[in-house]
Amino acid sequence: MTMPSQSLTLTDSHASWGPMLEVAVREVFELMLSCKLTVPENPTTGILDITAMVGLAGQLCGVMSIQCSRQSAGLMASKMLGVEPEKTGPELCDAFGEICNMVAGNFKNKIAGLSDGCLLSVPTVITGSDYNLHPVSDSAAVEVRLLFENKPIVISLQLHR
Amino acid sequence: MDSIQALIVDDSSVMRKIVERSLRQAGIELSKVFEAGNGAEGLAVLAENRVELILCDINMPVMDGLEFVKALAGVENAKGAPVVMITTEGSEAHVVQALSLGARGYIRKPFTADQVREHVIPLLAVKA
Repeated sequence: MTMPSQSLTLTDSHASWGPMLEVAVREVFELMLSCKLTVPENPTTGILDITAMVGLAGQLCGVMSIQCSRQSAGLMASKMLGVEPEKTGPELCDAFGEICNMVAGNFKNKIAGLSDGCLLSVPTVITGSDYNLHPVSDSAAVEVRLLFENKPIVISLQLHR
Repeated sequence: MDSIQALIVDDSSVMRKIVERSLRQAGIELSKVFEAGNGAEGLAVLAENRVELILCDINMPVMDGLEFVKALAGVENAKGAPVVMITTEGSEAHVVQALSLGARGYIRKPFTADQVREHVIPLLAVKA
């Protein structure tokens, strides 16, 4: 993977944000879950029945979301807590929401001068897949698709400028 | 280093557990760890228990980390206990504010046990 420059600016085109978003996601998984995400060789399909979302407000407005299967979210929680997946229980949503929160924070901290100009909401977690998300967005989403333990994970940033 | 009592304030129970584990991995001997989901709960813990170390998130409901640090000035059971902020919030203004209110350190999430060691051990050593 080509490493992007160390920081972005708000005026950079959104097309250049994808690689930095990927770095932000990878850092969170490597530091907090001791897990390396991989890039799918082919377009992947899979169950995406849990979604974590964090809102961004200020100079950067939008929604950061992470989607994967409940099974993957349970595995993430177990890796964060250092317990067996079947022992995560109600902490699954808490852990998954925190991952999204850290990805959003890590990403915004990579945009030069934004740290004081953008606030994050508390995370929200939705279970189930039979829904459509309609953010008030006037630009294309920045989307990164990766594999967590060979299962798909989709990270999306919907922006409203 | 002597065994110490610590207070971890974060609205995520998962993060509280991760912070505790990181402290132990950093080699800090913890005789007791108190947990609180926000600043108000943290103050309630401190009303009855003395601690030697406080780790605190910034963005929390009810009472956030900055209000909590400000309120610690009058809390006998927190006297001399270094406060380290652990948060996703990268705002420099918040960092400056937390430090001016009495926090002694700042760790940004995501973090490693090594970072916890680097930021917390020196504070405990100075205190000793």
